[in-house]
Amino acid sequence: MSEVIVVTSGKGGVGKTTTSANVGTGLAEMGKSVVLIDADIGLRNLDVVMGLENRIVYNLVDVIEGNCRLKQALIKDKRHTGLFLMPAAQTRDKNCVTPGQMVKLIDSLREQFDYIILDCPAGIEQGFQNAIAGADHAIVVTTPEVSAIRDADRIIGLLEANEIRKVDLVLNRLRQDLIRRGEMMTVDDVIDILGLPLLGLVPDDENVVIATNQGEPLVGKNTEAGQAFYNICKRLEGKEVPFRDFGKNITIWTRFSAFFKKNLQEERA
Amino acid sequence: MSLFSIFKRKTSSQIARDRLKILLISDRVNCSPEMMELIKNDIAQVISKYMQIDASSMEVQIAKTGNAARNGKKMPVLYANIPILDLRS
Repeated sequence: MSEVIVVTSGKGGVGKTTTSANVGTGLAEMGKSVVLIDADIGLRNLDVVMGLENRIVYNLVDVIEGNCRLKQALIKDKRHTGLFLMPAAQTRDKNCVTPGQMVKLIDSLREQFDYIILDCPAGIEQGFQNAIAGADHAIVVTTPEVSAIRDADRIIGLLEANEIRKVDLVLNRLRQDLIRRGEMMTVDDVIDILGLPLLGLVPDDENVVIATNQGEPLVGKNTEAGQAFYNICKRLEGKEVPFRDFGKNITIWTRFSAFFKKNLQEERA
Repeated sequence: MSLFSIFKRKTSSQIARDRLKILLISDRVNCSPEMMELIKNDIAQVISKYMQIDASSMEVQIAKTGNAARNGKKMPVLYANIPILDLRS
């Protein structure tokens, strides 16, 4: 039985597409058959993150409108035999697909794949409704910022209202140095506020930018973010992987040393 | 910066956490701070009919984690903290 996972966040630019690409690639690396669906019609990006933008002929809207067969719109990944991408249409908009059509499309993919991963668009309108329509499981991606967490909270409410029972949290762009200085919310703070089970902690890593430039997901590679995404895949497969410690609430002593460090820097300047 | 202020100063992460806690409560129940003020005034009026209260230092807020639970899921609760000055006989 396949698992349908929607990767969502509410706010844009927090790492939905990066997470989708890396989790999909990581699961394929573990030998699973995976299809990545770009549900962001009109603003597709999963194809460029995967480095498959030159191979697109047909897209999701073509399949739904019957312009091509399902298989024709599935693009095979460059490296992994079990990994496919279904790109979104670029010249259409979100309203040309309905949630019912998405459910039908997903059901027709269930037999063939172990994992169906949907990259949800930002926002809470039609595109969001389409993306979550056929999902069994949601991954909420957020960063430790007030705006992203507020939007994530709203999304969690909407997922609950749409009866998606399994909702997990991926906390992206964590910076240990800022957390230790008390200038970024800790992992525990965010979990406490959102009340979701934790699926992954991804550090802010410049290798993500490099990987996106090259169009190659970095999951499993010897980088901090690559390992973090690989751990997410392992947890999805039911393995217990301990979470990395990104630092705790600062104590008076650490605040003292931060204060002296700051003063030293000011003196030098 | 004086040595004293470093103990009093909140870190920006604490500020973010505190802001979010208040923000999300009003987001979740769709209730603005102004509406909370109206609710507070109404409650104060009703209670003052029966006992003398200190309306200026009463607190009314919606908390995410209360004891009330339905289907095992915690529900938000409205709680009021009303100091009583004197029970009217």
